[in-house]
Amino acid sequence: MNNQENTPITTHNHFNLTARILHWLMAVMILAMLFIGVGMMSSLHYRLWLINLHRPLGIAILLLVIVRLINRLRNPPPPLPASLPQWQVLAAKGSHILLYLLMFALPLIGWVMLSAAGYPIVLFKGFNLPAIAPTSPVLYAWLRDAHSILAWLLFVVVIGHLSAALMHALIYRDGVFSSMAKGSNQQE
Amino acid sequence: MSQLNLRSKRTWLALALIAVIATTLITAFAWTAGWIGQRKTTENLVTEAVQPFPAGFRRAHGKGICYVGNFRPNKDIMSLSTARVFSQPNIPIIGRFSIGTGDPHAVDSSTKTISMALLLTTDDKQQWRMAMNNVPYFPTHNPEGFLAMRKATAPDPATGKPDPERVARFLQEYPEAEKFLKMTAAATPPDSFASATFYSVNTFLLVSENGKKQPIRWMMRPHEAQLPLAETKQQQSTDNFLFDDLRHTLEEQPLMWDLVLQLAQPNDPTNDPSQPWPQDRQQIIAGTLQVTSVIDQAKGACRDINFDPSIVPAGIEVSDDPILSARSGAYSHSFNRREREIGYGKATDAVGK
Repeated sequence: MNNQENTPITTHNHFNLTARILHWLMAVMILAMLFIGVGMMSSLHYRLWLINLHRPLGIAILLLVIVRLINRLRNPPPPLPASLPQWQVLAAKGSHILLYLLMFALPLIGWVMLSAAGYPIVLFKGFNLPAIAPTSPVLYAWLRDAHSILAWLLFVVVIGHLSAALMHALIYRDGVFSSMAKGSNQQE
Repeated sequence: MSQLNLRSKRTWLALALIAVIATTLITAFAWTAGWIGQRKTTENLVTEAVQPFPAGFRRAHGKGICYVGNFRPNKDIMSLSTARVFSQPNIPIIGRFSIGTGDPHAVDSSTKTISMALLLTTDDKQQWRMAMNNVPYFPTHNPEGFLAMRKATAPDPATGKPDPERVARFLQEYPEAEKFLKMTAAATPPDSFASATFYSVNTFLLVSENGKKQPIRWMMRPHEAQLPLAETKQQQSTDNFLFDDLRHTLEEQPLMWDLVLQLAQPNDPTNDPSQPWPQDRQQIIAGTLQVTSVIDQAKGACRDINFDPSIVPAGIEVSDDPILSARSGAYSHSFNRREREIGYGKATDAVGK
């Protein structure tokens, strides 16, 4: 107990407020984005509506993940419980790195891919983003496939992440879920 | 603590709940993507008429030729729309003429449908893409109807002709298609691209500076007149007579079309491309398209352009026409398939190899 009082910095058990807001906001945005993405490629009636959401939402995710990464580097996340087996620690860290990579890669690939196809990259009516690659069927073919495959991968990782989080919330009850769900009572 | 207590009923209940949540999300995702369930998708709109389909060609209207030219707008339209296409004096264009068959190597006399597509890029980097046929309206009011029509009018393997009973059942569900089927059956085959009128069957909205929205449809009306019938008959003996004719004509003179806008009245349907608006609706010439030369599509810029008609510049908007959204999806699938084949080096004659 005395130990804890002397070293408050190393014993924080919760993500800071910025991290928690960004996490839950982006959770909703990313899940919506994945459904919008497959929906706009299949829907007979709602494609135009969905595709007009897809581009600005993708750019919003790209901007937010930059803010989120900076916040994370300046405010390291709470340590995982010591009781966690090594393989779960590795799975947690690995999937978090993968999630960050995909949150950056998918919007960027989308942007380059639309540039390579020569499409106007309409963010909203009257405002287009500049093309950031030359038009090229080779570039478009590769990136279009990469965009799909990485989106499916992101969906799989999101489902895994959600399931693991619920395991912590409902079964282990070791504070991992609450570290993102709420703030510390004493500190904030 | 991080061990599963498999003897606890609570653990099993929690695991079951997590499995239900994950499975629900995965099922919903697969359904949205069209992988499971009976939902009709834009993928159903794309068919491949020949098997195996030649790599790198468009799945519909695969036989075509690229063209370049310019568009000069009528500045009076500026009061109806803020789009730069109506104020920039001279706009370079890229386009494509094609015939309406699924086989990219079909002979020109195999269809009555011919098409003009074009892309206008203005100096403010806005794009306007169009894809028009020589048919003034769409067969059905929605994309499901179009799928049903294709099924109903497909030749019966036994007779080689559409089954009249299936056609009758289709027309009961989509009575609006009857006038389309009659019109296309009675239509005379086109004698040239140069003298054809091309229609945007879908409705768009012009947006003026004060935000007023005017629903429009348009056509490209040719300056060139129809050829005398005797001359046409003689020409049609060759497999590529439409494209040969276009090439020869353009060696001597450019070809012109007027972009004619039809302005809707308040109660004209904007969400049903199978219903033409009354003939007496006001028409305005919004500009003149000049086609100056053609380039083989294997080498021309039009090859790698998706002429998705839902891509419109600021100052023009898509309407609530449901066919527009479906067309955009179908064109995108066709574009992705052929660019994939071209990009991965699988295309041969489509890229002139």
